[in-house]
Amino acid sequence: MSRLGKGINWNRLVRSRAFWLGAALVVLITVFSVNSIRSMGGEMFSYLVIDFFSTGIFMATPLILTSIGAVFSERSGVVNIGLEGMMLIGAFFGVMVSYFTGSAWLGVLGGMIAGGLTAALHAYVCISHHANQTVSGVAINVFALALTGFLLKAVFHRAGQTDRVTKLANWIMPDFFRNIPIIGDVLGSNTPPVYIALLLVVAAQVVLFHTPLGLRIRACGEHPEAADTVGINVTGTRYFCVILSGVLAGLSGVTLSLGQLSLFKEAMTDGRGYIAIAAMIFGKWTPLGAFLASLFFGLATGFKFISQSWNMTSIPTDFLLMLPYILTMLALAGFVGRLTPPAASGLPYRRRGSV
Amino acid sequence: MSEIDATISPGQVILEMKGITKAFPGIVANSDVDFDLKKGEIHCLLGENGAGKSTLMKILYGLYKQDKGEVFYKGEPLVVNGPADTLRQGIGMVHQHFMLIKPLTVAENLVLGNEPTKYGFLIDKKKAKAELMEISTTFGLAIEPDAKIMDISVGMQQRVEILKALHRGAEVLILDEPTAVLTPQETKELFVIMRKLVHDGKSIIFISHKLKEVMEISDRVTVINHGRIIGSVKTSETSPSQLANMMVGREVELIVHKEPAKPGKEKFRAEGLVAENDRGLPALRGIDLSVRAGEILGVCGVDGNGQTELVQCITGMRRLSAGKVTLNGKDITNMPPKRCFEAGIVHVPEDRQKHGLVLDFTVAENMILQTYNKKPFSRGITLRWDEIKSYARRIISEFDVRTPDEDTKAGSLSGGNQQKAILARELSRTPELIVVAQPTRGLDVGAIEYIHKRLVSERDSGRAVLLVSLELDEIMSLSDRIAVIYEGRIMGTMDIEDATEETLGLMMAGSMPASHKGVM
Repeated sequence: MSRLGKGINWNRLVRSRAFWLGAALVVLITVFSVNSIRSMGGEMFSYLVIDFFSTGIFMATPLILTSIGAVFSERSGVVNIGLEGMMLIGAFFGVMVSYFTGSAWLGVLGGMIAGGLTAALHAYVCISHHANQTVSGVAINVFALALTGFLLKAVFHRAGQTDRVTKLANWIMPDFFRNIPIIGDVLGSNTPPVYIALLLVVAAQVVLFHTPLGLRIRACGEHPEAADTVGINVTGTRYFCVILSGVLAGLSGVTLSLGQLSLFKEAMTDGRGYIAIAAMIFGKWTPLGAFLASLFFGLATGFKFISQSWNMTSIPTDFLLMLPYILTMLALAGFVGRLTPPAASGLPYRRRGSV
Repeated sequence: MSEIDATISPGQVILEMKGITKAFPGIVANSDVDFDLKKGEIHCLLGENGAGKSTLMKILYGLYKQDKGEVFYKGEPLVVNGPADTLRQGIGMVHQHFMLIKPLTVAENLVLGNEPTKYGFLIDKKKAKAELMEISTTFGLAIEPDAKIMDISVGMQQRVEILKALHRGAEVLILDEPTAVLTPQETKELFVIMRKLVHDGKSIIFISHKLKEVMEISDRVTVINHGRIIGSVKTSETSPSQLANMMVGREVELIVHKEPAKPGKEKFRAEGLVAENDRGLPALRGIDLSVRAGEILGVCGVDGNGQTELVQCITGMRRLSAGKVTLNGKDITNMPPKRCFEAGIVHVPEDRQKHGLVLDFTVAENMILQTYNKKPFSRGITLRWDEIKSYARRIISEFDVRTPDEDTKAGSLSGGNQQKAILARELSRTPELIVVAQPTRGLDVGAIEYIHKRLVSERDSGRAVLLVSLELDEIMSLSDRIAVIYEGRIMGTMDIEDATEETLGLMMAGSMPASHKGVM
């Protein structure tokens, strides 16, 4: 057992979820594509594998970023359904800043700030005013859709999508790394958020399970009153986590608009914020678990693309696209392992007697 | 700090509250209250629920701000900004509902908010454990540092709470109803710990409403009622009946007077009941019980050993996965609550506000919750309010429910009167079996007296009563036979003459006393 993995129970994880889902996916794809693969040569097959994984990680990156943010928010006790909207706002402002400054990295910064500010609004309503967190989150999603639609017309004078702007240049890894078989091919050259996301997984896992801050965050999400009695600033901790989740959702949105494309399209997040929340649940509210679940969802989505480009028509791709959603529902209904959210998640904290 | 410490020697006042007044909208919770604590003593704050003892302690602990009055700690005015600040100054509180993070370990809970670090940002788990071991050896409170809170017993959890306060340098400990969740043996252990702590120079405020414990452990008792201090007495110079008198302001009979039971034929039988709890884990693992007419069968046990599920299964609120329930020889297994009720089972539920009453309904509406569709309360599709209200008025006066009128919302009644209202509704219908769970939880001595008398008189009129309670005293004073429940099984059933607190306590903790092997 690695020291990193201490926060999650490996045995249980392996027994229940991401592991088996991943395995199931591989088996499914193999079974469905056996004909196409049989007709390929060995070289073709390795191209296929590389293509599969690089598309998968590419598609997973926005989910990883957002779901890790979601882990922090919920671990501190605030449900953040508004991540979808925060992603969308991040995606738009990223493009807008890049459009005006010509710098994709300033765009990234702009997107993160915009996401963080939207989250601050959610935090203010939910933490300071004890509002229903789900209602606030849904309101933010509706608001984000309307705001970006409006600004699209107001700023770019266009409907549907923006002009193309400067996008993030790929990071190219050093030669020794790129020469590693498969891993080098998959991760040798990619859009920067991919690497940021992978580093973030490790950092988030360390912070949440091995630092005082992480211990305090978890305390706030389990028993805020207990945290309060030992001098932990519950309100401050929750604000921090919610805003962090918004910043990461903003980065995730920018990943879509400036990392993968070079423009903003109306409603371009397309439910990814919700999938990220599902990934968080799947991953049992741990960064590592959320990462594995995101990767799984990413691979499932990625498969749609490669099955088209590799002409594997024997699989109904719609089915594979449905898979993450179906599995999420099964997980929520308790069919795929037991899920225990942080005890105080979704509950506003009010110090008794402060009336 | 140590300089001031030196000036306070044992027996001197360490903490003083003067003229504390605190009002909430519509109620004065504390009115000109004086309270003091001497170094090295156990001072009990005694009062009924709602008497104002919690409010007073919350003011001391910084959860509430008083309207008037001052608090002095070690001779200096105590100014606190929130609970953590109080702790920092040396006043620690062990709350009735523990302030522990269940998925975290004992050591993590101990250092939470004050974590030792290494490399500047990682928690030093070794150091945390060392700190725990040090404090636990100093005070002789053994504990497993790596166990998660959710895996240890309630008594151990309480120990963690005490260690937490001591770890932060608490000089004064406030224990809020600490025995409510403990077995008799755990209570004894707690008292040993408390005596050791005061011996080591700590001072303890012990909040309780249990006279027996107060007499056993405290040095002084202050009685509070309706937000006012009734008096302060030395424990050695008082008696339980004097304290009870002070608590309710009149003579109270502490002992339930009852004739020996004259049990008739068997009314109710449960065989091999198996059921799961809300989390899908086994709660009942084969329960056998029977209750005869004219007797009270008491079921005692530590909270969470299947009592709740047992009552729910009998009253139709939970499905049995195996077993058989019969009433008067008729099979009522897994019948819905309405059918159980129609068969003659009445139920006084343990959570009176959740399952006993609809708080937003009037008292009259609550009185006909099960019978609303029966004559004379309804005719065709309409309710007959005149009948309902006159019925409600009649049983309200019969059961002495203190309410302005029958149109008052049930939620605005006091706890004792809510419970009386439920008794009124349930007992007014010639029941075959009366199932009462925790009938006096949180009630004042006066209301307890009434409810106990009423249950005994129901027994005397030939009804079968199944009493489930966490209060061992209540079980022992009311029951004719006692069944001990432990981890979803009945450890044994015995007549009241054979039951002692020691035997029951051991069985409640899951061990079978030698003298009772094979008793069923």
